[in-house]
Amino acid sequence: MSVLVIAEHDNATIKKATLSTVTAASKIGGDVHVLVAGKGCQSAADAAAKIAGVSKVLMADAPHYNHELAENIAPLVVKLASGYGHVLTPATTMGKNFMPRVAALLDVAQISEIIAVESADTFVRPIYAGNVFVNVQSKDAIKVITVRATSFDAAAAEGGSAAVESVEITPAAGLSEYLSQELTKSDRPELTSARVVIAGGRALGSSENFKLLDDLADKLGAAVGATRAAVDAGYVPNDYQIGQTGKVIAPELYVGIGLSGAIQHLAGMKDSKVIVCINKDEEAPIFQVSDYGLVGDLFTVVPELTKAL
Amino acid sequence: MKVLVAVKRVVDYNVNVRAKTDGTGADIANVKMSMNPFDEVAVEEAVRLKEAGKVSEIVAVSMGVSACQDTIRTALAMGADRGILVESDTELQSLAVAKLLKALVDKEAPGLVLLGKQAIDDDSNQTAQMLAALLGWAQGTFISKLELGDGKATVIREVDGGLETDSLTMPTVISVDLRLNEPRFVKLPNIMKAKKKPLEVIKPDALGVDTSPRLVYSNYREPPARKAGIKVPDVATLVDKLKNEAKVI
Ligand SMILES: Cc1cc2nc3c(=O)[nH]c(=O)nc-3n(C[C@H](O)[C@H](O)[C@H](O)COP(=O)(O)OP(=O)(O)OC[C@H]3O[C@@H](n4cnc5c(N)ncnc54)[C@H](O)[C@@H]3O)c2cc1C
Ligand SMILES: Nc1ncnc2c1ncn2[C@@H]1O[C@H](COP(=O)(O)O)[C@@H](O)[C@H]1O
Repeated sequence: MSVLVIAEHDNATIKKATLSTVTAASKIGGDVHVLVAGKGCQSAADAAAKIAGVSKVLMADAPHYNHELAENIAPLVVKLASGYGHVLTPATTMGKNFMPRVAALLDVAQISEIIAVESADTFVRPIYAGNVFVNVQSKDAIKVITVRATSFDAAAAEGGSAAVESVEITPAAGLSEYLSQELTKSDRPELTSARVVIAGGRALGSSENFKLLDDLADKLGAAVGATRAAVDAGYVPNDYQIGQTGKVIAPELYVGIGLSGAIQHLAGMKDSKVIVCINKDEEAPIFQVSDYGLVGDLFTVVPELTKAL
Repeated sequence: MKVLVAVKRVVDYNVNVRAKTDGTGADIANVKMSMNPFDEVAVEEAVRLKEAGKVSEIVAVSMGVSACQDTIRTALAMGADRGILVESDTELQSLAVAKLLKALVDKEAPGLVLLGKQAIDDDSNQTAQMLAALLGWAQGTFISKLELGDGKATVIREVDGGLETDSLTMPTVISVDLRLNEPRFVKLPNIMKAKKKPLEVIKPDALGVDTSPRLVYSNYREPPARKAGIKVPDVATLVDKLKNEAKVI
């Protein structure tokens, strides 16, 4: 049986989380096919065809597949799914939005946000904010799965030469309409795939003070993230949030500044290779998971650190 | 318009849950249980809609053991009008919950169903989407702003890149994110009043839903522990360690 991966893309390029999902698919075994559904998505489909390990690309190009509205994408995936044993997509806000709709229409369970493949029917996922890992076995004929991208290496973006095949378009559901988006603009690397992440917490106190972290990030070529407290307070936009209910990251280097290390935050960054924290309270829980902790006032330490780099 | 709100009883978010040593489950005996924080946001939104005159009745529903009545009572104390518990002692997985909710929607005919984006115990983030699929309705997920118009709802969704605004045909299913509102504290007199509000208890069978689990969970375990690190005395030492020991900068 083959595995179908639903790609996340912007019609021109394939998002990195898709490459990790292809790796997860390869671990299940069988051919890996990729569906690229979008509007004017030929370039993205061509890019998908080059991913190492992909043997076929299905392309569904229609205006109503733009912006991945779940009501329009789900019927397409459902229609294609019958030929597959597994359907996978990244556990991004896109995948989390449409994939459970696919599962329900197929009358199967969804296995959310897997972090490892044990066998073709058994997967590992975190529960309770990452405090517990559990094996999940599915007996359903089609396994519908979302994949935590940081838990799987990215497949090589080049090297493959799959054929691109157009598939029949399913009609627009006419239930929902995309109106607009307000994307956070940044010249920095994307939070979930950055090599270095600087994260700030409530202690930053204002959006102006987050500039301190920007300066440090610029020196390190890092992305900037935040805790829920910092987002709720309006210091930074919602897409900065790292944690159980935000983004999951696993950079080479994570620097947590003026944040306590609540379990909900740790759930999103505990897999970072090297963890550094700067906090004036030496009892803060973040020290327990940090490789290097510096006790001090961020407003003196951070400028000093930026200067020293 | 009637609104249905799904409220789940979960381990309180302050509890650090551990796996049982024999791997058969999570050790949640005698820990504090609360309403799923996202569901508090959902109830709050329903109550605000009612206060704004856009909603006539709020029905809070929960699925699970008898103690879920406490969770429903909390919703009633926040301002819901009545409750329904679909009582089951066997584990209810998301698809089963979605099917039970669908059966209740068929009975109650609400114009809007509000759920949390994710239950903080299983972290599945799927029930609302499944319910919308089963109903053939539009879905608005991870919502930080909800505006009800004429036959349409305009929603702002929290997505990976920022915020997205969509228009949804009503009736619709909404999954709420934490920044939609700040739930009110429940006042004592309202807790007393909530005790008198109607709470119906029914069984899954009565709704004609097969709730047998599809997924088998095993080998509950602690995640691999990180090895303890060190405290560095100053910035110079930190930079030196990152350069020469960890070799990450
Ligand atoms: C359902 C739910 C989901 C949640 N999801 C998430 C999530 O996804 N991500 C997330 O991050 N949180 C999440 N939270 C919130 C989480 O529980 C914590 O409240 C939050 O992470 C705390 O943020 P913080 O560490 O910035 O603030 P605090 O806990 O207030 O910590 C601030 C820290 O800054 C230190 N400090 C203060 N001044 C200075 C200074 N001048 N210099 C240096 N250090 C200083 C203090 O010692 C303290 O340790 C969630 C909560 C709930 C209920
Ligand atoms: N047993 C349940 N009883 C009531 N509501 C539930 C139940 N399970 C899930 N839900 C609702 O579905 C949302 C998402 O849950 P989940 O898909 O499990 O992450 C929750 O926030 C609740 O609103």
